[in-house]
Amino acid sequence: MPDVRFLLTGDTSLSAEFGNEISESTNAQIRAFTIALEKSGVPGIVELVPTYRSCMIHYDPGVISYRALTKRLEGLLGQLGSIEIPPSDVLEVPVLYGGEMGPDLAFVAEHAGISEQEVVDIHTSTEYLIYMLGFTPGFTYLGGMSDKIETPRLKQPRVKIPAGSVGIAGKQTGVYPIDSPGGWQLIGRTPVKMYDPNRETPILPKAGQYIKFRAIDQAEYDEIADLAEKGKYVCRTHPREEAAK
Amino acid sequence: MSVTVLSPGLLTTVQDAGRTGYRQFGVSVSGVMDPRAMRIANILVGNDENEAVLECTMMGPQLRFDKANVIAVTGGDLGPTLDHQPVATYAAFSVQEGQTLRFTGLRTGCRAFIAFAGGLDVPLVMGSRSTYMKARIGGLEGRKLEKGDVIGFRKPTAEILNLVQRRIAPEVTARTEYAVRVVMGPQDDMFTQAGIDTFLGETYTVTNEFDRMGCRMEGPVIEHKDGGDIISDGIAFGAIQVPTAGKPIIMLADRQTTGGYTKIANVITADFRIIGQLKAGDKVRFVKTTIEAAQDALLTERAALAALRTMAGSAYVKERKPKQPKK
Repeated sequence: MPDVRFLLTGDTSLSAEFGNEISESTNAQIRAFTIALEKSGVPGIVELVPTYRSCMIHYDPGVISYRALTKRLEGLLGQLGSIEIPPSDVLEVPVLYGGEMGPDLAFVAEHAGISEQEVVDIHTSTEYLIYMLGFTPGFTYLGGMSDKIETPRLKQPRVKIPAGSVGIAGKQTGVYPIDSPGGWQLIGRTPVKMYDPNRETPILPKAGQYIKFRAIDQAEYDEIADLAEKGKYVCRTHPREEAAK
Repeated sequence: MSVTVLSPGLLTTVQDAGRTGYRQFGVSVSGVMDPRAMRIANILVGNDENEAVLECTMMGPQLRFDKANVIAVTGGDLGPTLDHQPVATYAAFSVQEGQTLRFTGLRTGCRAFIAFAGGLDVPLVMGSRSTYMKARIGGLEGRKLEKGDVIGFRKPTAEILNLVQRRIAPEVTARTEYAVRVVMGPQDDMFTQAGIDTFLGETYTVTNEFDRMGCRMEGPVIEHKDGGDIISDGIAFGAIQVPTAGKPIIMLADRQTTGGYTKIANVITADFRIIGQLKAGDKVRFVKTTIEAAQDALLTERAALAALRTMAGSAYVKERKPKQPKK
């Protein structure tokens, strides 16, 4: 049973803390716990928010008190080993790299001392773990980018970065879900709407999943953009090959 | 039709109980800053407690009614008038077509809430009508009210049953010093004992840096053991964040879902009514309580609101018309 601390975050939520570091194994424990809790039928649960090292549990004290809830959670932690946890999904995100869509690809390549194509190859070769979402709707905190393509942020942030832009900032990579100012080095853009408040599933990525980028050309970009505009594009997902453990 | 905004006031937005269910995707909850005041306003006009209202900050709007309806104004007293005649807060009243609701100036608290019988005709976005300005969703195109806006009513009613019973004593009083109850955590163990003693022993003053995201406070530095940075975790309404500089920030409705600063304590739900009405210059002492006491207080508050609903005799307004009960 993992060593978990229950921390008070007010009187309608608590934080189940699984560790004090950013690691794939801690994140896997949080994911397993979250799935187990969702399946458990513990009453009064309102919402679960997994983050780097904890799962915030919002609950209704009118249904279950803090003491009763923590007792149930301890029981659940004890059974965690025996609960079947499906492998994480990999969300495939198509990206048109370079050119107008990725104005900083050349700089990233130069900074790394490799070709633009090599940057794209490296960027598309990894399955990036979504540790959590936060900051703005649909913004993913991803882990696992190769240090070969680490690049510092722009010295002068851009005033407006279009939604769908794929960028690198230091060791991080990610997709801008909405138009926003920012200092990331932009290497490409996805035609997929990661966030659309009026869609049935407003936000595509989910904590605990992985993202894999796939390089596409202009023709495919236009085709997907057209489908996405009509709400008809579905990102491909597949279960991750190696087991979740 | 509805109401026409003749003047928007300082910051008037459509808010309800907030957009829950999407925090794991980074979507802030938003919602009213003083949930109790919203609930009372809705109960007084016969709405569901969590129906969307207008939240008005410090200087209220001017609203011309193009259709009659029953409304109630709760929360801080911003001096409401109807065609220049003062009207009571915490009381339902009828507004006739062509009349104008105005606010003459702040008397108590900071935020007023206007509930309209039958609700506002504003689309649900991810299950809520709350305005979340940063992501530009909810309310009126995700923004605050502007001059010339027209907001529709869903099911307005020219009159309401038991109008005289739909009134209670105003709850926000003219004060400048408050005791606010907190439960300690989640990162109280990252502060020195001296830091905890400072936090619970000293008085903190609300600064001008106070918006729907958070309320910065000025006062003695709260000492950390080893700085105020943490690996980001979730932030609840009323979380008291203390960055390395040692000055507390109360996190409010539009707070980010996650953050990387230590949170020493969290305001209890029953005292959200206090922090939602704070304004610059107000003084706050934080008082430690237990989780059991906090949850008792929350359930007591819910029971009081249920009793109010019974007293007001709130059958929903929309259900009244078909069967007119005989007295």
